[in-house]
Amino acid sequence: MSNLAVLPIIIPLIAGILLAFTNTNVRLSRALTQILTVVNLGVVSFIAWKVFQDGTIVLETGDWIAPYGIVLVADSLAITLVLTTNIIATAAVFYAPHSLSIEKEKHYFYPFYFFLITGVSGAFLTGDLFNLFVFYEVLLMASYALIVLGGNKVQLRESIKYVLINLFSSVLFVTAIAFLYGVVGTVNMAQIAERVQEVEQFGILTTIAILLFFVFGTKAALFPLYYWMPKSYIVPNPVISALFGALLTKVGIYSILRVFSLIFVHKIDLTHETFIWIAGLTMIFGVIGALSTNNIKLIIAYNIIPAIGFIMMGIGTFNQAGLSGSVYYLVHDMIIKTALFLLVGVIAYVAGTSDLRKMGGLIHHYPVLGWLLFISAFVLAGIPPFSGFIGKLLLLKGALQGDHIFIVIIALLSSLLILYSVMKIFIRGFWGEENPLVEKRTTKGFIAPIVFLLLFSIFIGIGAEFIYPAIDSVAVYLLDPEIYIDSVLKE
Amino acid sequence: MEFIVIVLAGILFATAIYNLLQKQMLRIIIGTVLLSHGAHLMILTMGKLKRGKPPILEEGVANYTDPLPQALILTSIVISFGITSLLLVLAYRTAKTNNTDNMEQLRGETNE
Amino acid sequence: MYKPNDLILRTTTSLIAFILLGFAVYLLLAGHNSPGGGFVGGLVTSAAVILMYMAYGMETIAKIIPVNFRTVIPVGLLIAVGTGLGSFVFDVPFLSHTFGYFNVPIFGKIELATAMLFDIGVYLTVLGVTITIILNIANDQ
Repeated sequence: MSNLAVLPIIIPLIAGILLAFTNTNVRLSRALTQILTVVNLGVVSFIAWKVFQDGTIVLETGDWIAPYGIVLVADSLAITLVLTTNIIATAAVFYAPHSLSIEKEKHYFYPFYFFLITGVSGAFLTGDLFNLFVFYEVLLMASYALIVLGGNKVQLRESIKYVLINLFSSVLFVTAIAFLYGVVGTVNMAQIAERVQEVEQFGILTTIAILLFFVFGTKAALFPLYYWMPKSYIVPNPVISALFGALLTKVGIYSILRVFSLIFVHKIDLTHETFIWIAGLTMIFGVIGALSTNNIKLIIAYNIIPAIGFIMMGIGTFNQAGLSGSVYYLVHDMIIKTALFLLVGVIAYVAGTSDLRKMGGLIHHYPVLGWLLFISAFVLAGIPPFSGFIGKLLLLKGALQGDHIFIVIIALLSSLLILYSVMKIFIRGFWGEENPLVEKRTTKGFIAPIVFLLLFSIFIGIGAEFIYPAIDSVAVYLLDPEIYIDSVLKE
Repeated sequence: MEFIVIVLAGILFATAIYNLLQKQMLRIIIGTVLLSHGAHLMILTMGKLKRGKPPILEEGVANYTDPLPQALILTSIVISFGITSLLLVLAYRTAKTNNTDNMEQLRGETNE
Repeated sequence: MYKPNDLILRTTTSLIAFILLGFAVYLLLAGHNSPGGGFVGGLVTSAAVILMYMAYGMETIAKIIPVNFRTVIPVGLLIAVGTGLGSFVFDVPFLSHTFGYFNVPIFGKIELATAMLFDIGVYLTVLGVTITIILNIANDQ
């Protein structure tokens, strides 16, 4: 039964390959994509149920025993995130046909979409540091293709910077792995974790830790490495932006969470203390960015950054409340960011512009859109009883337990500003005078995926009683690296 | 031997960074190629260069070279091959649609 | 009309291309236990094809090799992944491989491994990707 762990990777991969053959037949592609995505969601839900029931599933690929071969580890953290990924992917795939032009769909949107899901699921599931790099490249390669889909001037201009910065950080990743291999002589994460505890020279390990943190920080868009992110995330089609915003940066932050809870826990007072400072700065600068612009897509793209800051804060505090807050917030943020990106995509589509100064009075014709945005803003900012509230409550509890008062103040303040930055879209876009020149467009088909995501988001807020125990068990699990090491190396 | 190779990797990194900081797009791509070469040499040296026979099971050989860095490099080379070719196409298209290959001119405020 | 003076290129190409193609097949088949493999084989093959494109021009070669290299990529991927999927049928861990010795007429006793099938997938993918990318740039004038 251990082959179960590879299914979330292999199903999208095969789906992507199959859809590469049917690219000229758009209707067939759509139907196949929707069916396969739902099938994948079902399979992943089953695996998630099994993992939470029976414990971690470990697959040693090619029948090579654990520290020598590549292992896939479907533990509770990984499978939670893979499940969330698939929920987002399902919503995005039902939104895509309405948002993309036929031309773009024919130009291999669906295959690359599936390769992106393959890469993301693989990055969550792998138990091998070098394999993590490989899956990073799979998802980045798909994202390079998706970001230029359509190939207009601005897309090409922004994508070359996006490719370069990611390429640079990938090479640094390889270099960091080379250093780590030189010191501990393995790339299997469980074995690295085991050997790191035995190595005497902590200096070199801390250096490698910082180098890896730099790499993941670039991918996750942490302060001060977020500069490449907002502008490149808004150039592609909204559905692609939503996938990027929800998945790519989150893979980076997941890697930090995994590596700095499993491997580099030898010098918590240095690394994790720094994380809290970085988290605070990330929140402040992200919010300033979101407030500084009138482009609605850019507002949402900037809002990714403070969310990363919140998750980072939980990793920095490194206690049970903080870590469960991080995981909770990670799941919450993946879902709500997708919803917001999709929503803003529709708003820009019906308003004919993404500039707030040219908008107004949308509520007359599109009341549903308006109220959806209103609710999303509340969910995002963490107004009780929505999901953001539970996550933030846990994070703040963790920070207070660790006596980090200043970060609590920054977090609360930036939550308020996040609410303002999204409300600005509501106030300026939906209130006021209508622009008579803009023709009325139908929002049919756009709404259902967004409502699906919002309902899910509200469920993990109101239904926290069901979800919190699972998330809490993940946090307990993260605090004890021995469980992971034992389940992989079977000692 | 390891020492010489590691210095070589360092030189590759330095030239790569120099090229990455240029304005012309083609130079930047050459920079990325050199950068990945440097990283590959890094991995190779990290597993010690030559301490035995090729890592294929044969009779009468007890000492093998570490096969893992070689596997890692091969994977990494394939990936950087893919990305470099993609980057070349991308740079070509970008230079063509934007009428410039100068990174200084490849920026702007309008995102419409 | 401008006529390229490429007699030497054409004459040598007709010879070299065949050596390259033959060597590529050797590399592909030798890959499991000695230097070579699907990746290198694919690269050498695409070098040969590109050389022929350079010597004889787009139209001629498109007529001689009526293959859409863009569809070669998913075919190769499908073969490679399909090899992995075999593990589900035999209920062994994903990507497990096996080998055996067979007596084949003419060649005698040879070793056949399932890793070979995976290599063929890699070979086709690399061939498809390389030629697609190079032709993509070359066609655009």
